[in-house]
Amino acid sequence: MTAVAAQQQALLRQQVEEFLYAEAALLDAWALDDWLLLFDEDAKYEVPCNDAPDGDPARDLMLIDDNYVRLAARVTRLNSRRAHREYPHSRTNHQVFNVRVRDASAEELSATASFTVWRFRAGRTSCYVGQYRYRLRRSDAGLRIAAKRAELDMTDLRSVADVAIIL
Amino acid sequence: MSTGVEPRITPATEVAAQLPIVIEDPVAQRFRVHRSAMTSTEIYRAEVERIFGKSWLYVGHESEIPEPGDFVRRPVGGRPIFMVRGVKTGNVNVFHNTCTHRGALVCRQESGNSKVFQCFYHAWTFDSEGRLKGVPHRDSYAGGVNFDELGLQRVARAESYRGFVFASFDPEIEDLTSYLAGAKEYIDLVVDGCGGSVEMARGTNQYSFGANWKLLVENSFDGYHAESTHDTYFKYLVSIGTDLRGGVSGRAVDLGNGHAVIEYSSPWGRPVAKWEPLFGAEARTEIDRLRADLVSRHGEDRAHTMAEVNRNLLIYPNLIINDIMAVTVRTFYPPAPDAVDVTAWALAPSNELASLRHRRLDSFLTFLGPGGFATPDDLEALESCQQGFASGGVEWNDISRGMGRSPRANDEEQMRVFWRRWQHQMGAAADRAGAQ
Repeated sequence: MTAVAAQQQALLRQQVEEFLYAEAALLDAWALDDWLLLFDEDAKYEVPCNDAPDGDPARDLMLIDDNYVRLAARVTRLNSRRAHREYPHSRTNHQVFNVRVRDASAEELSATASFTVWRFRAGRTSCYVGQYRYRLRRSDAGLRIAAKRAELDMTDLRSVADVAIIL
Repeated sequence: MSTGVEPRITPATEVAAQLPIVIEDPVAQRFRVHRSAMTSTEIYRAEVERIFGKSWLYVGHESEIPEPGDFVRRPVGGRPIFMVRGVKTGNVNVFHNTCTHRGALVCRQESGNSKVFQCFYHAWTFDSEGRLKGVPHRDSYAGGVNFDELGLQRVARAESYRGFVFASFDPEIEDLTSYLAGAKEYIDLVVDGCGGSVEMARGTNQYSFGANWKLLVENSFDGYHAESTHDTYFKYLVSIGTDLRGGVSGRAVDLGNGHAVIEYSSPWGRPVAKWEPLFGAEARTEIDRLRADLVSRHGEDRAHTMAEVNRNLLIYPNLIINDIMAVTVRTFYPPAPDAVDVTAWALAPSNELASLRHRRLDSFLTFLGPGGFATPDDLEALESCQQGFASGGVEWNDISRGMGRSPRANDEEQMRVFWRRWQHQMGAAADRAGAQ
């Protein structure tokens, strides 16, 4: 890699990091309507089962396989007072590390990152650990999410009970 | 376990003398369960022995181990167990997962294929039929050790029904088919509705929560809670164009031996074979074809039951087969009185068309599973009950809904069926005197 290319790569990673930090801040603030605005209308949000992290939603059981319609419904649900598991809301802290940008083209780029999502509610502490896989699109307004996938490293959900929050 | 014994039904007048946990008063049409059933450590210990030690417990599905040497390991009744398809016999073998030498696990992977299971501690090696095939330095043992007797220990009983493998730690338990009683024909409806051959989709839900396991039994076929607890799910259905008129309506059936089912019509669609807007317009022809196929094979009446009627089925004590917007198989075990470990799968027709499988899994996720729009709220409800018990002041749960009438799907007769069997199996251990 030439010095110029390396510099461009570093800038791109910085841009992606800023975007992911901003997304995490929206989730932690429970600003879910604003968070949803980051997604394109053909976007996907996926969380595979712990024992099949490479799960394909067309073939394998997932924990979450939302198209935009169901993602919007998830946001509506979590904003209501009748999503009992999340009313009142947990306090969360979405932490993003080890950001790497891959396969960048003029229109799209792929990024991976490690995450630790802490969730605190009614005296209980839960911690989700895993890897994000993003497909991001460049637009005039900045980056947008075409796909977000959260692959969990925990071998099961016994310590966290459910995935009622958004990872 | 003996069968055909009437559960003990104690009139209210005798309560003071016997202090039972479950009180059914047929005159007042009142059914109550003492909350110590959910909180007492003594009762929990008795359950481990009398319920989980003496029932048929679900191990897994034969489709998980189709080839010789295929195996899966998992806890059954809280104990590490593995099942493997024997290379020589092709039989499903269910073994205690412990080396006969000094105890270490011999199967240490969740699933896979192997001709041999070697304990890594001292390298004793067993084949897929459980025989001890290798002992390093065997000549160091004197004549008293008979290695033929040191094969893997089979769980006392293991039998299967239509691919569902069960095991029991009780060598005296009645045969599985007799134990399943009326539940057999409901398993048949699920399997035949799937075209006669089923498999588990890849991907498992393994989650836990902080409440008593019997609350999950009740919740898994509780028609009464759906409208109130799962309001956000029904709102989601409406938002995608589902017609909620007609609601949820049906009946509860006592299937004998503690098994029970609710069967009912519902607004949601079913991959086999009731179309709804969620499935998309292009799916309509395909789903109509699946239904017509059921009619030609089973006749209109049975096809209607398979296609349009939902089933929430309890196989006593801890297996749920819910044939609803998808089919889920769920089993659970309590590591403590106020904790449950749940393992759940998606059941589907073997060799299902890719498009149908995708739609089925999509339908599953709208409601079911730890990331679905309903299951997390159920967990919240059950944990909330358990926390409420700790408040004290109120000693009894009331499970009387629908007594004295032909039981409806949103009544509580199916739960009473479970509790009567529970009380019978627990015997004197389910008296409050022993539950403090």
